[in-house]
Amino acid sequence: MTLFRHRMLETGKEMAFEAARMALDSAGLERKDVDAVVLGSAPDAFDGFHMKGEQLLDGAGGFRKPYTRVFVGGGTGVFVPIAAWWHVASGLADIVLAVGEEKMSPLQPHPQYAFWTIFDQFLERPLGVTLLWIFALEMRRYMHVYNVSEEDIALVAVKNKANALDHPAAQLPARITVEDVLKSEPICAPVKRLDVSPTSDGAAAVVLASEELAKKLTDTPVWITGVGWNVDTTYWTNRDLCYPEYLEKAARMAYKMAHITNPRKEIDFAEVYDPFDYKELHHMEGLLLAGKGEAPKLTREGVTQRDGDLPINPSGGLLGVGNPIAAAGVMKVAEVFWQLRGEAGKRQVKKPVNRGLAQAWGDLMQVGTVVIMER
Amino acid sequence: MGRLDAGWHGCNNGEVKRLKFAGTPISPEEWRNESVFFKKEEFDLKYAWDTGYAIAKFLEGLKAGKILGVKCNRCERILVPPRMFCEKCFRKVDEWVTLRDTGTVNTFSVSYVNNDASRREKPLVVAVIEIHGASPGMGILHVLGEVEPSRVRVGMQVKAVWKPENERVGAITDIAYFKPIEVM
Amino acid sequence: MTLSKQVALVSMGYSGFSTVTPQLSFKEMMFEAANMAYAQVGIDPRAEVDSFICCEEDLLEGISITDEYMPDQLGGAQRALCTISQDGLNGVVQGYMQITSGIADLVVVESHVKFSNVLSKRDVHSLAMDPYLERPFLDDGIPLAALEMRRYMHENGVSEESVAEVVVKNKRNGLKNPRSSYSARLTLDEVMRSEELWSPLRRSYVAQPADACVVAVLASYAKARSITDYPIWIEGVGWFSESSWIGLRDFSRALYAEGASKMAYKMAKIDNPSKAFDFVEIDDSIAFKELQHLEALGIYPQGKAAEATLKGETKEDGSMPVNPSGGSLSLGNLAETTGLARLLEAFETLKKKDYSKALVQSWRGIPTSTATVVVLGV
Repeated sequence: MTLFRHRMLETGKEMAFEAARMALDSAGLERKDVDAVVLGSAPDAFDGFHMKGEQLLDGAGGFRKPYTRVFVGGGTGVFVPIAAWWHVASGLADIVLAVGEEKMSPLQPHPQYAFWTIFDQFLERPLGVTLLWIFALEMRRYMHVYNVSEEDIALVAVKNKANALDHPAAQLPARITVEDVLKSEPICAPVKRLDVSPTSDGAAAVVLASEELAKKLTDTPVWITGVGWNVDTTYWTNRDLCYPEYLEKAARMAYKMAHITNPRKEIDFAEVYDPFDYKELHHMEGLLLAGKGEAPKLTREGVTQRDGDLPINPSGGLLGVGNPIAAAGVMKVAEVFWQLRGEAGKRQVKKPVNRGLAQAWGDLMQVGTVVIMER
Repeated sequence: MGRLDAGWHGCNNGEVKRLKFAGTPISPEEWRNESVFFKKEEFDLKYAWDTGYAIAKFLEGLKAGKILGVKCNRCERILVPPRMFCEKCFRKVDEWVTLRDTGTVNTFSVSYVNNDASRREKPLVVAVIEIHGASPGMGILHVLGEVEPSRVRVGMQVKAVWKPENERVGAITDIAYFKPIEVM
Repeated sequence: MTLSKQVALVSMGYSGFSTVTPQLSFKEMMFEAANMAYAQVGIDPRAEVDSFICCEEDLLEGISITDEYMPDQLGGAQRALCTISQDGLNGVVQGYMQITSGIADLVVVESHVKFSNVLSKRDVHSLAMDPYLERPFLDDGIPLAALEMRRYMHENGVSEESVAEVVVKNKRNGLKNPRSSYSARLTLDEVMRSEELWSPLRRSYVAQPADACVVAVLASYAKARSITDYPIWIEGVGWFSESSWIGLRDFSRALYAEGASKMAYKMAKIDNPSKAFDFVEIDDSIAFKELQHLEALGIYPQGKAAEATLKGETKEDGSMPVNPSGGSLSLGNLAETTGLARLLEAFETLKKKDYSKALVQSWRGIPTSTATVVVLGV
């Protein structure tokens, strides 16, 4: 992966190249060994490109190769490895390069503005809606239904930003307190500045191989044993935002494939999508890693810390490492990989781990993408 | 099946190599001082979306000062915003229903920023409002007015404040905002 | 069950196929097309479809994160749905892989376009060009087609008459096709007198925009056998991208189509493509491309497609029918829906006549060098 920063000099193509090159190097492979390339990148509006996938293909290693861009909003980052997975599992490809890239900085005056265009053109855009509204509305609903306080939620931001101090590519690592979060500038109440991850530029890549080749290429392969994805109805105002049903469905799809019946016990740790701090709690519950409304308790008790029983976001998550949308999801997959191989350095979780989960989320509080990986 | 390798350590022989993470960050000052090459272009992409049958009728209803919904006789839900088909049963809806123009606040937020991230002069209260007459949980997005942000509560009863008839054009903004119904 | 019969195309539905579609929103068009496809095989998407794949580009929708607006009208609410930024035919390839990976038995692939709603077509297309090196010269990309056309004609000794003959043939073929918006009975002369946009590209050589939605249903062998008596087997798939850098391309040949076809032919065990197919539906969104694609796909040797066209071999009643549907020149330029629209034509034609094998190829259009190829067998 590349660094994640608010604005980088490199173009999207260049960032994709850096990440892809790094992934190939670490696998000891060359581009000629790659059978197909899958790229993920979120809205073209940020970079000001139409058919952004075509523009990026050379950087991602797709030159003169079978190449496809997949796109499910914020869920893209974990979806790219899923698409790469079915390339390999179908038997059509043995080695697939999966790249997540995002360049949000080009849009002026602020990348936020592109998010206006994700809303319904007739019923929502005329109201001047911003992406922050929808998060704030969901956060309020979650807090109301399960009686969760802003302090509980702030604990997540504190944990993840601190975890990020050990991530060399991180954009906003910091040692902050709950009070810092509560006192930070209100953006869209109850969302405050320190509850939110930044917009970023960055890229990340992973290489997938078939069983036979994987065993030849490395002594410690990490297997993808479960994949799941699910998109809920467009009508987000008709859904109770307190619980992500679509994420539960995506998780169940992955758990079924991986033969997991008790996720709380069988998943050792997870990289859970945290564009906002409350989202980590929301998603833990949707993933069935915590009962409804119980994730705050687990957080308070330190269960989700690196030395806890169920470490969540040991990487530092989006809150700490940064949020170049598609790349952030791939970063999470990479983190699960490194943790499972014991290569996460200072971020390595205390307990021995055999099975991890990476999850992303996106759209109008709509899509869940889940990948389960095992030693 | 399927295995991952991500670009950090080349570890085939157990040797841990720390690779450099690429990327050249540009600081806000460098950006403001234009000390890097860049190109500015402005595009004004225009679209004219066909509303289709369902939204057209809904907007006509708004122009006439009514909030319309649709009913699916199979699941018996009354849906708003209206749509040509029920997404749960995957069949065409059966009839149009005139709903009340009052509702219950399902969730709300107080926004201090505009959609380009600049700060607002006055905060705006936005909410998902469950419309009375539709099935439970059927909400629409709108804004609240005539209320102190600090007094808004989930569960609050609100009523639509319509623009005068001659100002209504067939848009969601024909409702200027929703205001709290005073509890006597 | 053999390798060539792992995945079948069991039904297809569509709506639109006209220059404007004001009576339906894109969601309603999708609902109509999906219903048509599901009704043909009597499936309930809510209970039976495992995966939905939508193929769109944000900037042609005027929406960012298009997949948000896809589920409900396909029956995909709270189901495994995704969007790919690729041609609809590539969606079929992704669906093929999902089925052969074992994760799905029934997959729905959809694509739609409402060009009539895109008022700033030129600006949208110019945003596909590299901002520093290409956009200042190549505008919305049409000049690029002209540059390529000239080089292709020069290197292969192709006359303008043969390019114009493609237009005459395809527009005439489209006269019988109710889905065609731009069919016409034209003479070679009329075509060659059409306004020159960027020499040697004339207006008549470029397919004009239209609106349409197409839905395809793919099934695994077992599922296909249980829901239809007439599955069309997907015997080979391939896809390939050259480069986004124009300077790295060879304008004399469509390497991207060649690469995609090689992969598909290997899978379908086709050694001699010039003799293998009863007909082909390939991209002709810019008239000279039909000739270039025919050669890249191995239907004709390099430089020989023009001659064959002039001789009438590629006519509907010729020895190698090419684009009997009328192609994009008749159906209209349908952006990412083009591939599925041609699949629809091939699907119907294979069932109508006593044919057994067809080739469908798509190209993503200017300024891309990306193609997908599918081999269909009865």
